[in-house]
Amino acid sequence: MIATAPTNPRPDECLLRPGNTNCGGCGMSIGLTMLGRALTEAGDTCTLVIPACCGIVTAGAFPTTSYGVPTIATTFASSPAVATGVACIRDLNDEPGQVICWAGDGGTYDIGLATLSAAAERNENIIYICYDNEIYGNTGGQRSSATPAGARTTTTPWGKTQDKKDIMSIMAAHRIPYAATLSIAHPDDFARKITTALTTHGTRFLLLHSPCPTGWKSEPEDSVKLVRLAVASSLFPLYEVYDGATYRINVEPDGTDPAEYFQRQRRFKKEEIDLRATRRACSDRMQRLQALAERYPSDR
Amino acid sequence: MSVQVITGNHAAGYALSVAGEANRTARGVACGIYPITPQTEIVEYVAKFPFSKGRVVPVESEHSAMAVSMGASASGARAFTASSANGLAYMAENIMVAGYYRLPIVMVAVNRTLGPPWNIWADQGDTLMLRDFAWLQFYCENNQEVLDTTLLAFRLAEDQRILMPVLVCMDAFIISHTQTETTLPEQTEVDRYLPDLDLPHRMRYDEARTLGGLAWPHEGLSQRLEIDEAMKRVPNVYQECRESFTETFGRDPGDVIQTFATDDAEIVLVASGTMATTAREVVRQRREAGEKVGLVKLKMFRPFPEAALREACQSATHMAVLDRNYAAGTGGIFWQDTRAAFHGHRDDVLIQNYLTGLCGGDVTPAVIDDILADITSRSALGDPVWMGIDTGEETKQ
Repeated sequence: MIATAPTNPRPDECLLRPGNTNCGGCGMSIGLTMLGRALTEAGDTCTLVIPACCGIVTAGAFPTTSYGVPTIATTFASSPAVATGVACIRDLNDEPGQVICWAGDGGTYDIGLATLSAAAERNENIIYICYDNEIYGNTGGQRSSATPAGARTTTTPWGKTQDKKDIMSIMAAHRIPYAATLSIAHPDDFARKITTALTTHGTRFLLLHSPCPTGWKSEPEDSVKLVRLAVASSLFPLYEVYDGATYRINVEPDGTDPAEYFQRQRRFKKEEIDLRATRRACSDRMQRLQALAERYPSDR
Repeated sequence: MSVQVITGNHAAGYALSVAGEANRTARGVACGIYPITPQTEIVEYVAKFPFSKGRVVPVESEHSAMAVSMGASASGARAFTASSANGLAYMAENIMVAGYYRLPIVMVAVNRTLGPPWNIWADQGDTLMLRDFAWLQFYCENNQEVLDTTLLAFRLAEDQRILMPVLVCMDAFIISHTQTETTLPEQTEVDRYLPDLDLPHRMRYDEARTLGGLAWPHEGLSQRLEIDEAMKRVPNVYQECRESFTETFGRDPGDVIQTFATDDAEIVLVASGTMATTAREVVRQRREAGEKVGLVKLKMFRPFPEAALREACQSATHMAVLDRNYAAGTGGIFWQDTRAAFHGHRDDVLIQNYLTGLCGGDVTPAVIDDILADITSRSALGDPVWMGIDTGEETKQ
């Protein structure tokens, strides 16, 4: 079934159109708005390829759609493969616009990982953006392999015991031309990275830390603050990897203690969070990245 | 046009490739491919074909093979793929979506036993497992029919009154790996037969359409109803595609059901695929001996050609439905649909099921003889009869 938005594609005005039913404080919604703005500033447009996730529920019910750009819904594990087909025909017909997968962490880290890996290995000419809210949000909050240790979800009722999967390292290991992390708390950095992605050919992977007040059990007005804390404390560093080989750190963490990040989310219970281990992990994560950025700096 | 001695897989690979190439004057062709025995040679053929405007993407799974073809088809290009058995099972989620998206994708399936136990030989249970999706299904008897039906499938799938994907099926090895004389049409002939694909609901980079998304029950219902209406148009549109095929290529690709000696037949065998070839020969011999026996070959399974089947069996008192598949807990799938086709129309015909050639077993003339002996002596319907079970007695040759 096809739903048609009444306007022509103008990503700045309507990539995500008003009237959608997304939750207040949804990081994915803010990310879509920022993506639309960056596309317009670059004079570019896009087709969205969205698997099962909150991102496709966002479109709303037939015959209306909240997306002001061409959009196709795919099965959960299929967005990079469907995008491959769409990009093939775009390129064979010399048509403009980016083909962008917009997928949650379940579709990226879990069920769609083989499909994403294969598209990256073929270096398909697509952009893949994972809005990572660290949970199966659309189904009411179950653990994914992006859920951090200690977080309570409906399927880890006493806190998850495993660490979050390092998807950036996995994607960098495919030696794709561009991989970067995004935060809605750093809009200028976000916009610059979209611009870099738009001017790069091949598979581009962007990981957006996407607060989910419903799943994180946090206040909607805290969303931006939370992901800013994550960057500042090295829980979610902002960096880029070019060709899987060279690194650049975009925002130097200021040594903020991660404690507040956990305290402001009721998915974490004080007794289930090992703050000492978390601080050590943050420090190790940053030291490793800094060593890579010093040893293999990006000249781009 | 040239006559070559080729396998069924070669015939299918050739038909898919020239059909794809024929869309070079429109939006081109793209497909995802993935190997599985015994269809691998089809995707190998496609992979080496020099498309003028096309791309073949060797992906990491059957699920993604269909997904790539869906992305290409939704973008208005011609798209196809091929698979078998467990590959089809793995692909199933996206096969279903391709149907509900009304994407005119053509898939060639080489019918192979679903494992376990692992077995690469012929069994139609794999494609029949997909029977309730919005796909048309055709079962072929020989290499020429595979080639012709594959070409016809594109014309039918892309017809504006249909816009549904099509499965073209052949028996593993008996067709896929057996070389026979096959007539291969020239590209120019195929170009004449297959017009540029025009998918009305295709994605356009400058139109803000959402394909997919949510629908309330009444909207979902109307989508299902539209599929039902399109399915009902298939028999007539098929005849148009068939006539046009005969005009273009000088060869009849065959009707949706094909009858042999059914006019006054009291006993009618119903078979599909290569079983029909064997059954036809046995029927021919029985006719020479004066027995009123006939054969219906079911070429089209979806939509099920109910009316044509009833008409062909008007004089029948007994029907023997041969099923190279088994739906656990019920019986053969062709048998169920055949019984349903007669129910309420004619309740005076005995429609008995014979499960034969399952898991790659041979359906020899001796098996058909056994079936005829059983059906002739039958006065009441029984449970599906399992043929080819080793009872310890010497097998009839």
